Amino acid sequence: MSHHYLLPDISQSGKIGCSLPSLDVTPAELPPKELLRQELELPEVSEVELVRYFTALSKLNYGVDTGFYPLGSCTMKYSPKWHEDVAKLPGFTSIHPYQPTGSAQGALQLMFELQEYLTEITGMDATSLAPMAGAQGELASMLIVKAYYQARGDKMRRKILVPDSAHGTNPATAAMCGFEMSAVPSDDKGNLDLKSLESMMNEEVATLTLTLPTTLGLFDPQIAEISRLIHASGGLLCGDGANLNSLLGKVKFGDLGIDCVQLNLHKTFSTPHGGGGPGSGPVCVKSNLADFLPLPLAAKNEKEYAFTSPAKSIGSLGAAYGNFGVMVKAYAYIRSLGAEGLKEVSEDAVINANYLKEKLKAYYHLPYDRACMHEVVFSGKRQKAKGVATLDIAKRLLDYGFHPPTVYFPLIVDEALMTEPTETESKETLDAYIDAMKEIAREVDENPDILHTAPHNTPVRRLDEVTAARKLDLRWEMGSQGTED
Amino acid sequence: MNPKECKYTQEHEWIRPEPENKGEMGLADYAQSQLGDIVFLDLPAPGTQVEQFKKMGEVESVKAVSDIFAPVSGQVLEINQTVIDEPKLVNEDPYGAGWLVKLELSKPAELDALMNSDEYDKLVAELSEESSEEAGGS
Amino acid sequence: MPSPYLPNTDADRSAMLQAIGVSSVDELFQDVPEKFRNVQFKLPPPLSELELKEELRRLSNLNANSDDYACFLGAGYYRHFIPSVVGHITGRSELYTAYTPYQAEVSQGTLQAIYEYQSLVCQLTGMEVSNAGMYDGSTAAAEAALMACRITRRDKVAVLSTVNPRYCRVVDTYVSGHNITLEQVKPNLDGLSSDCACLVVQQPNSFGYFEDMRAYSQKTHDIGALLIVIIDPISLGMFKPPKDYGADIVVAEGQALGNPISFGGPGLGIFTCRKEYVRQMPGRIVGKTVDVDGKPGYVLTMATREQHIRRERATSNICTNEALVALATTVYLSALGRKGLRQVAELCYHKAHYAADAIGKLKGFSLAFQQPFFKEFVVCCPVTPRQINEMLFEEKIIGGLDLSHMIENGMLFCVTEVNTKKQIDRLVEILGTL
Repeated sequence: MSHHYLLPDISQSGKIGCSLPSLDVTPAELPPKELLRQELELPEVSEVELVRYFTALSKLNYGVDTGFYPLGSCTMKYSPKWHEDVAKLPGFTSIHPYQPTGSAQGALQLMFELQEYLTEITGMDATSLAPMAGAQGELASMLIVKAYYQARGDKMRRKILVPDSAHGTNPATAAMCGFEMSAVPSDDKGNLDLKSLESMMNEEVATLTLTLPTTLGLFDPQIAEISRLIHASGGLLCGDGANLNSLLGKVKFGDLGIDCVQLNLHKTFSTPHGGGGPGSGPVCVKSNLADFLPLPLAAKNEKEYAFTSPAKSIGSLGAAYGNFGVMVKAYAYIRSLGAEGLKEVSEDAVINANYLKEKLKAYYHLPYDRACMHEVVFSGKRQKAKGVATLDIAKRLLDYGFHPPTVYFPLIVDEALMTEPTETESKETLDAYIDAMKEIAREVDENPDILHTAPHNTPVRRLDEVTAARKLDLRWEMGSQGTED
Repeated sequence: MNPKECKYTQEHEWIRPEPENKGEMGLADYAQSQLGDIVFLDLPAPGTQVEQFKKMGEVESVKAVSDIFAPVSGQVLEINQTVIDEPKLVNEDPYGAGWLVKLELSKPAELDALMNSDEYDKLVAELSEESSEEAGGS
Repeated sequence: MPSPYLPNTDADRSAMLQAIGVSSVDELFQDVPEKFRNVQFKLPPPLSELELKEELRRLSNLNANSDDYACFLGAGYYRHFIPSVVGHITGRSELYTAYTPYQAEVSQGTLQAIYEYQSLVCQLTGMEVSNAGMYDGSTAAAEAALMACRITRRDKVAVLSTVNPRYCRVVDTYVSGHNITLEQVKPNLDGLSSDCACLVVQQPNSFGYFEDMRAYSQKTHDIGALLIVIIDPISLGMFKPPKDYGADIVVAEGQALGNPISFGGPGLGIFTCRKEYVRQMPGRIVGKTVDVDGKPGYVLTMATREQHIRRERATSNICTNEALVALATTVYLSALGRKGLRQVAELCYHKAHYAADAIGKLKGFSLAFQQPFFKEFVVCCPVTPRQINEMLFEEKIIGGLDLSHMIENGMLFCVTEVNTKKQIDRLVEILGTL
């Protein structure tokens, strides 16, 4: 069945997709007419048509359960199924955030223990589970930094330093908090240029925010010196924990001098990505910043678990406590692995990435030929010189049945292919991917046209993004839109 | 190459001086080719005062957004409504149908601070050489 | 130890290490200074799937859940009927294990579903455009306030005192980052500064009652500000869409539309606005287009508002939002449809009024307000809400929200279509024993 129809196309008056009970009480008087709406125009479909429609849509999609999904810094690892099952227990799904905490002790205990585990894993002193995604975690970090300096009466700290390889959320978040952002250049080894950093360091700098390892998939061995530099001028060192998958069970952010770091449960801790969420972005801090954490924190008293608010909290980030349903899955993940298991995760992730690096570097330019961590960044510049762009390579990979890596990021690598296999891929899968990439490299010489016109085997082919942006079509309409009175 | 009657800024805007201290401005060919398919333009309303080399608007392509800087100081007289509705005109005909704004110059002497077409051709040639060096070989 | 999630065997690892040219995995961590490597982690020992299911079941049983308890608590998170079809569709792993649809050619399922979502919530609210969703209702309200400041170029935000206080606190957190001040105004709008970027209101308000939105709309537009309305999406099955009374931005918590309460998260920030403001709208947006063969298809569009292009000038820093929750909402609205959603709203309305009527007649109890309401109402109780809730809990009932800090012995009750007559009668009977 074609997917080229939308709900209004299959809607017919008189159909319905569920059954509802009749009213079992005496009806009350209706409210004044001017409060009521006249028409409600929504599609009407039967359950079977609904199921067929969404089943057809799902078949157009590619997920981790479909195949290899090596998006850099996204950590598309397999989401264990039993985590999905336990997250559906009514004792987790059917509880209200405002019911008396005495009647939600299981939920509070889970949150408390998860806080403890994440604190231990990151080597910090305290954790808040409130942020609902990595970007919100980052916002929390910046607000914490801002509050920290305000509390000290330090009004000079207006700048945030970010490496030039940083993810786009870093400058966007800095702007949301009223900070100015400056980029610190990387050197030709892919590490932070220490001399530049030194020259930029002064009392106006609030923090240096690092992704560790970097978006180049590289661990900067100068970390101790970087930490010394920032702290010597009274600044803070913040971390973006998106790439934690390379360090799980092996290295603690806190040991490296990090004062504040946000995590992504939907990346490192295996909760599914959902097509774009839900996620969860806990923030972990050292004791000097613990008072500023977003509320609430789960705490353990003598008798029971309860919520507390840090003394100088930056405030609430949502109407409840964070994405509890996501926390359940991350909690289950940590308890199923233990410390040894987490270590195996990061080691296998790093082995897999280095294996790809070794096997493909003869075919694709490797800007930094050194041991990578959980991801490797190639450049398509050799192919570009022959008229084939990284975009073409990505689209051709779709024909081979693989989701491509992240393309054109980080910005400091020309025609970047940012590839993160994760530990949940077998050598067999990696070998198949390597073969496909080699084949594509051959096609660049022998049949470039097939790359320019790729993909060929997908449900739709290259889409016109220009028209989508010029002639905005963001929804269908049913019935009249109603008049404004 | 780039029209001889126009003057150019470092940020790739052009201005075509007209009688009575007026001028028509737009984006140079190099700008439109770097941006790619243009999807949206944010231009200052007629009556707005603009200042030379300060931001006066924004141009968006699918993949990037860039500031538009005023080539001279003055007042906005008219904006090109056709190009607002059909932004692709900037890509197709940047010096003709793709003009953006008509200005009344408050300080005509500012034109001297801009490049003439020979100087601008040279700038573009240098930039193109740099980027082809980057793309090439390893 | 073999793990179900680590598909490589020791033989595979050896082969790969050899291909890489190192003798141990630790060599790959050489860039990490030695003193930082291989530190000890104090975590509980790992448990098998069987053991962990038991452990998590034990934890979940320590919570009083509203499958076992009759629940009359709302205040922003609501227990509504979720048709089984919703979970079966969101449980399809091609949909829930996908990532953000950057490679549109293999993400048409996700993208088309979002397009349907955007359309459906616009039909519901009457607004012209929607984004793909934000974290929750409160952050949607906060982002709406920031958007109003960008559009009007003003730096003051007004929030009506009858808006959910938790939402107000989140707006406060978000505006504190910028140099924007937040002003609380009373329903008479005395003290509404003429330099406000927006007025944020809630309909029905956080006590459950309908207010005169037309008056707010008039006064807000008179000062050149935007009207931001927070709504209860289920109420729109019956009540006027905010477009009709001049809303500029309409936001809501989408949890009620097909999602379990889940202790308050994940939720869904519904965000819709007027077409003319679309370029200032934060979040991801899906647009319809065609492919090279002329086939219809869907893509993320207007990415130039977002963090990965605009960077420090982005409209927001949001990336991952609540896509799967929005999918559940999409399926819910499709399953209920025109008649079903109206029916749910009416069931809530009549049951809530039946309950309010009965409770209001009990000795010592009175209804706090006389205005029209939807599914929540405030009761003044003869003793503290705390005592009442303790008593109700013994009877396996979760009572309403304690409002005694605002209204003496005040309690906010919520009744939805899942509360049966039997449950309501029992609640009234037990309250009557006081």
